[in-house]
Amino acid sequence: MHIDENTPDAGWFTGTLEATVGFLRAGSLWPVTFGLACCSIEMMATGTSRFDISRHGSEVFRGSPRQADLMIVAGRLSNKMAPILRQVYDQMAEPKWVISQGVCASSGGMFNNYAIVQGVDHIVPVDIYLPGCPPRPEMLINALTTLQDEVKKQPLWQSRRKEIAAAAEAAALKATPTSDQFGLLR
Amino acid sequence: MSTTESFTPTGAFTEDPDAAEYTVNGGDWTDVAEEAVRLGQQRIVMNMGPQHPSTHGVLRVMLEVEGEIVKEARAGIGYLHTGIEKNMEYRTWTQGVTFCTRMDYVNSMNNEHAYVLGVEKLLGITDDIPERASVLRVLMAELSRIASHLVAVGTGGNELGGTTIMTHSFTAREEVFRIIEMISGLRMNNAYMRPGGVAQGLPEGGVWRIRDMVTKVRGYVDEVADLHLKNPVFVGRTKGIAKLDLAACMALGVTGPVLRSAGLPYDLRKAQPYSGYEDYDFQVPTSTDADAYSRTLLRMEEIYESLKIVSQAADRLEGLGDGPVMVADKKIAWPAQLSIGSDGQGNSAQHIRHIMDESMEALIHHFKLVTEGFDVPAGQVFQATEGPKGLLGVHLVSDGGTKPWRAHFRDPGFNNLQALSMMTEGGQVADVVVAIASIDFVLGGVDR
Repeated sequence: MHIDENTPDAGWFTGTLEATVGFLRAGSLWPVTFGLACCSIEMMATGTSRFDISRHGSEVFRGSPRQADLMIVAGRLSNKMAPILRQVYDQMAEPKWVISQGVCASSGGMFNNYAIVQGVDHIVPVDIYLPGCPPRPEMLINALTTLQDEVKKQPLWQSRRKEIAAAAEAAALKATPTSDQFGLLR
Repeated sequence: MSTTESFTPTGAFTEDPDAAEYTVNGGDWTDVAEEAVRLGQQRIVMNMGPQHPSTHGVLRVMLEVEGEIVKEARAGIGYLHTGIEKNMEYRTWTQGVTFCTRMDYVNSMNNEHAYVLGVEKLLGITDDIPERASVLRVLMAELSRIASHLVAVGTGGNELGGTTIMTHSFTAREEVFRIIEMISGLRMNNAYMRPGGVAQGLPEGGVWRIRDMVTKVRGYVDEVADLHLKNPVFVGRTKGIAKLDLAACMALGVTGPVLRSAGLPYDLRKAQPYSGYEDYDFQVPTSTDADAYSRTLLRMEEIYESLKIVSQAADRLEGLGDGPVMVADKKIAWPAQLSIGSDGQGNSAQHIRHIMDESMEALIHHFKLVTEGFDVPAGQVFQATEGPKGLLGVHLVSDGGTKPWRAHFRDPGFNNLQALSMMTEGGQVADVVVAIASIDFVLGGVDR
C-alpha cells in the first residue's frame, strides 16, 4: 500500500506517523563538527558538563557529515573556507538543518572586509540564526530547542522542505554576490 | 570509488615530476591501497582537514604516506584568514582591542595585553598606568592562560579518545570563566583591556570569589592530572612522540611550552618582565624530554604556577582597595564609567547626566574621544609578551593619527606550526594528531 500526502483519508495515519517521526528526529539531532572560530569553543563548552547538550539529545558530534543531521556553523567563514562548508553540507544526508552560530556566520558581523563571507546563507540555507559574539552556551541550547520545535512540526514527506530550500537557494543566487558588496574596506 | 588519472606533471609534491597523479574521492581505503599496489605506487598523498575534528580549527595537513609512515607533511593555512590586521587600520586605537581579542580566541586577554602594552609604549605612558590596572591585567592574563592550557590539555585528550579529559578540563575552565565574566562582563572576546588601563575595576566580593575559584580549579586540575597523566594509553601515545630538540626549536623560532619542553627556560615573564611580572613569585617549569607528553605535563604545571600568580594578584587587589584603573590623562582615558543599568551594561547614569545636563565641554570631550579617538605619536614599536602558546608579539606603526597605520601580530601558533613537518615526518599517521595537539596552536591566531 502506498500512502503519501495525496492519499485520501490518510490524515490520521500520516499525522500520527509524522508526529512520531518528528519527535524522534528532534530528539536526536546529531551535529557535524564544523567549528570554525571563537563560537566553536563555546559549542564545545555546550557539549561539556556545565551546559551538557546531551540533555537535548545532541551530544553526538560527528566527524563524518554522512552521520549528521545538523550543521552548526560556528564562527566566521572565510572565502577560502566557503567551498568546503558547501561540500560538507552537500555530503550530509537529508533531512538536514543548519544553525548559524554567532554574528559572523549570520551576517559577517564585525568583519565587514575582503576575507569573510557576509553570512553563511550565501553558501547554505540556514534554519536558525543565532546572534552573539560568541553566543553563550545557553543561547546555543535555546537555538537548538527552537530548531527542535520546528523539526517536530516538519512534514514527513520532504517536498515542502525541498521547495523552501529551493526558494532560499534561488533567492541567494539572485542576491548580490559578496565580491560585489562593498563595505568600509573596499 | 572514482579514480581519475591526470598526466599533468606537477612535481610540487611528488619528487618525480613524471609520476602520474591520482585523485581519489570517497570510497573504501582498502580499495585505494589495493589500487596503489596495483599501480606500483608506494606513496599516497593524503589530505587531512581543513574540516577535521582534531586539527584545532581549520588547519589542512597534506601528508605523503607510505603505509602507515608519514614521509612528508605540510600544513596548509589561511582557512580562517579574517583580515583582522587590515580591519584594525580602519578603527581607532581603542577599538583595535576589540579586533585583536578575536585572534587567538581561547586566549583573548593575552592578545589584548600585548596590544595595549604596545600602544602605551608608543604613547610613552608605560609608567603612568595605575598599579591596580597592571595587577588586574596580570590577573586576567593568567586566568586566560589557565583557560587556554585547559583547552589544550582537554582537546588534546579528546583527540586521543579521552572525552572525559575534555569534559573535566572544561568544567575547570567554566570556573575560570565565572571570574572572567564577573570582571569583564563576557566569557570570551572580552575587550577588557584598553590603552591606558582596563575597562573597569574588580566588582564587590571579587577577591573572595577569586580565592574560591583558585581552590576549585586546583581541585579539578588535580583530578585531570590524576586521570590523564598516568593513563597508560595516553602515556603510550605521547611518550617519545613528536620530538623536537632544542636546536630545532631555536632554528624554527619555536617558543612557549614546546621550547621549554626541550630544556630552555625561556619565558618572557621572567626574561623581559612587563606589567610588574617581576614582583610575582612563580616558577618556569621545564623538561628535557622534548616530546608530546612533557608538553602536556608542562601545561599542567603552568596552570598551577598561574594559579599562584592569580592568588598573589588577588592579595594585591585586596591591599590596593578602590583606586583608578585608567591613566589620569583625560586626553587618553575613556571618558565614561561602565555600570549595570536596568537594560544591561552601559555608561553610568551619573556620567550621562553630567554630559547631557551639566557640561557642554564634557559632552564635546566624550564625543571626540569616542568617535575620533586619541592621536598616537608617529613611530613604530614592537612589544612582546608571553602568551600561553609562546612569544606573542605586536608590531605597531603609527603615522601620528587616531588609527594604526599598520598593526601586525607575531602569533606563537604561526611560528610553532612550522615545526609540524619536523615532528611528524618519519612517524606514524596517527601521531600527526598527537603532534598537532602538543603544539597547541589556534587557527584564529595563526591566520588572523
